[in-house]
Amino acid sequence: MAERKKGSAVIELKDVHKYYRLGDSVVKAVDGIDVKINRGDFVAIVGPSGSGKSTAMNMVGALDIATKGDIFLDGVNIEHLPESVLAQIRGRKIGFIFQTFNLVPTLTALENVMLPMMFQRISLKERQARATQLLEEIGMRPRLNHLPKELSGGERQRVAIARALANDPEVILADEPTGNLDSKRGEEVVEMLKKLSKQGKTIIMVTHDMEKAKYADKIYRLKDGKIVNR
Amino acid sequence: MLLDFFRLGLNNLKRRKLRAWLTMIGIFIGIAAVVSLISLGQGLENAITGQFASMGTDILTIQNAETGFGPPGSTAITKLNEHDLKVIEGISGVEFALPRYIRTARAEFNRVVEFSTITNVPENQVEMEWLYSSGGLKAGQGRLLKPGDNGKIVVGKNFGADDVFGKPIVVGKKILVEGKEFEIVGILKTSSNFFLNSAILMMEGDLKDIMETGEEMDLIVVKVDNPDDSEAVAERIRKTLRNDRNKKMGEEDFSVQTPLDTLKTANTILIAIQIVVVGIAAISLVVGGIGIANTMYTSVLERRQEIGTMKAIGAKNSDILTVFLVESGLLGLAGGIIGVVIGGGISYTVSFVANIAFGSEIIAFNLPFYLVAFAIAFSFSLGVVFGAIPSYQASRLKPAEALRG
Repeated sequence: MAERKKGSAVIELKDVHKYYRLGDSVVKAVDGIDVKINRGDFVAIVGPSGSGKSTAMNMVGALDIATKGDIFLDGVNIEHLPESVLAQIRGRKIGFIFQTFNLVPTLTALENVMLPMMFQRISLKERQARATQLLEEIGMRPRLNHLPKELSGGERQRVAIARALANDPEVILADEPTGNLDSKRGEEVVEMLKKLSKQGKTIIMVTHDMEKAKYADKIYRLKDGKIVNR
Repeated sequence: MLLDFFRLGLNNLKRRKLRAWLTMIGIFIGIAAVVSLISLGQGLENAITGQFASMGTDILTIQNAETGFGPPGSTAITKLNEHDLKVIEGISGVEFALPRYIRTARAEFNRVVEFSTITNVPENQVEMEWLYSSGGLKAGQGRLLKPGDNGKIVVGKNFGADDVFGKPIVVGKKILVEGKEFEIVGILKTSSNFFLNSAILMMEGDLKDIMETGEEMDLIVVKVDNPDDSEAVAERIRKTLRNDRNKKMGEEDFSVQTPLDTLKTANTILIAIQIVVVGIAAISLVVGGIGIANTMYTSVLERRQEIGTMKAIGAKNSDILTVFLVESGLLGLAGGIIGVVIGGGISYTVSFVANIAFGSEIIAFNLPFYLVAFAIAFSFSLGVVFGAIPSYQASRLKPAEALRG
C-alpha cells in the first residue's frame, strides 16, 4: 500500500439532493449538501436516524444516484454514468464496510475477500495470494477457511475490512461499522480504520456513537438532510 | 473466468434447502424416463420383434375377426373350421395349412389343479418339423413329440423350473389334463416366445379329443411355397375366403396376417409405448423447469442483500446474471445427474429381471456415453432457460435498494 499524496480533494459533493416519493408526500432525505473530502481524511458523519447519513453515503459510494447535484470522485462526475461503469468504480475505487458485515454466507473468509477481485477479473492465484495476505495482516490466519457463521461478530467485521481493501481502493465507506459489535470489538474496528487513514486511505464513517466519531479528523453532523456544523 | 462462477454456484448449491431439491423431482423423473427409454429402446424392440421373427417369414396366420361387443355367440360370425382349412389348402402358393388350437385346460399333478395353456402339434412328420423349426422349439430335457406320440406331452420350461404344482415336473412323470392321463416326454428349452414357456404341447388328435373342438379351430397357419410371395398369397386367401363366405370387402369375419403385418403391429405397440413415455418425460421436464424457476425466484428474494453487496463490491449486472444463470443451470445439472442415475438403474434392473425371467440377454442393457452426455447437457440448459427470468430480475436490482434487503 503506497503512501498517497495527501490534501487534494478526492470526493466533492455539489448541492446534492435526494428525494424519495413516499405515498403522496416527498421525503427530502438529502437536501443540499456541499462538501469536499481530501485524500487521507478520516471523516465521521453523525446524526439521528433519518437524518440522511446512509443515503448520502450510498450516493458517494455510487450505489444510488442523486436527484439533483453532482458528486465528483477523483475528479470524475459519477452522476451521469451507466451502471456498468459505476460497478467498475465501486469495485476499484471504493471499499464498503457494512453494519451487518454482509459477507456472502456460502463463502469462506478467504473466498469472501477474493470475491471483489474476481469481479475485476484478477487471476485465481493472485486473488488467493492477496486475500491470504490481507487476512493475515489482521490476524485472521487461523480462520481463513471458516464460513461467516463460524466466526464471531468482530472476526466477521475484520473479514469485511479485508474484503473492502481487496482491490486497494482510494476510499473506504463504513456505514455504522461498529453498530453490531460490543464496545471493545467496535474500538478495534475504529482503530483499524484510523490506521488505514494514516496509510493514506480516505475514510468516511457513518455512526451515531460519538465515542467512535472522536477518532475521526473531522465530524459532520447531519440533520434533516443538511450539514448543521462545519 | 466462467470457472469462478461455477465454483461460486457449486458453493451455493451445496447449501440448498431440501425444498429446493424437492421442486426438481420433475427433472429426475423426466430425465430418468428418457434415459431408461432410450437405453432400453433397442433391447425392447429386439425382444418384441424377436417374438415374431422367430416364427419365420414364410408364415401366414388366419384368425377369426374380433367378435365385437356382446357375449360370445351373439354375433353371427363363422369361426374358422375344417371347411376353411380345405379351401385354403387349395389356393395356389400355399404349401400346407395347419389348424392351431390354443386352449386353456385343467391340468392336475401332485394333487394340485392348475389351468394351463395347451396347444397342438401336427400329426404329420413334415408339418411337425416345420412347426418345430419355425417356432424355435427345442427340447431342454427329454425329447420333442414325434408322430404317433398320442398320450404323450411336452411341457414348457416354466413347468420344469417353477413349482407350479408344488414340486417341479420331471420327464417320465404322468400328468392329468382334462381328466386324461399323459406322460411327459420332454421339457422345452427357454423360448424367446413367452407363450411357449408355460404351455403344454400335445398331439392334435389328443387335443381335439379332450377339448371336443369339433369342426372349429382357433387359428390357421399357412406355410407359403415362396416367402417372397407371402403378400400375394395372403391377398388370394382373403379373396377366396370372402367369396366362399359371401362377404363383401371390409366385412370380413376373419383376418389374414403376414409376417410384415405382425411386425408392424409389434412396432405400433412399441411406438405407442414410446410416445407415452416421451409424453410423461416432456411434462415432467416442464414441471421440473417450473420448479427451478420457482426455486430461483425464492432465492433471488432471499438474497437481495447478498446481491446488493456483490454490486457494492464491483459486480456488474452481467456478473450477477451469470452468477444466477450458472446456479440455476447447476440446479438442472444436478437434477439431470440424479435422473441419469435413476434411469440407468431402471434400465439395468429391467434388463436384469427380464433376462432372468425370459432367458439370456433378451433385453440388453446399454447406456451409451452420448446419452449420458446429452441428458446432462440438456438438463443444464433446461436450468439456464427456466432460471433466465429470475436471474435477469436479480441482475436489474438497484444496489442501494437491494442492500436494504
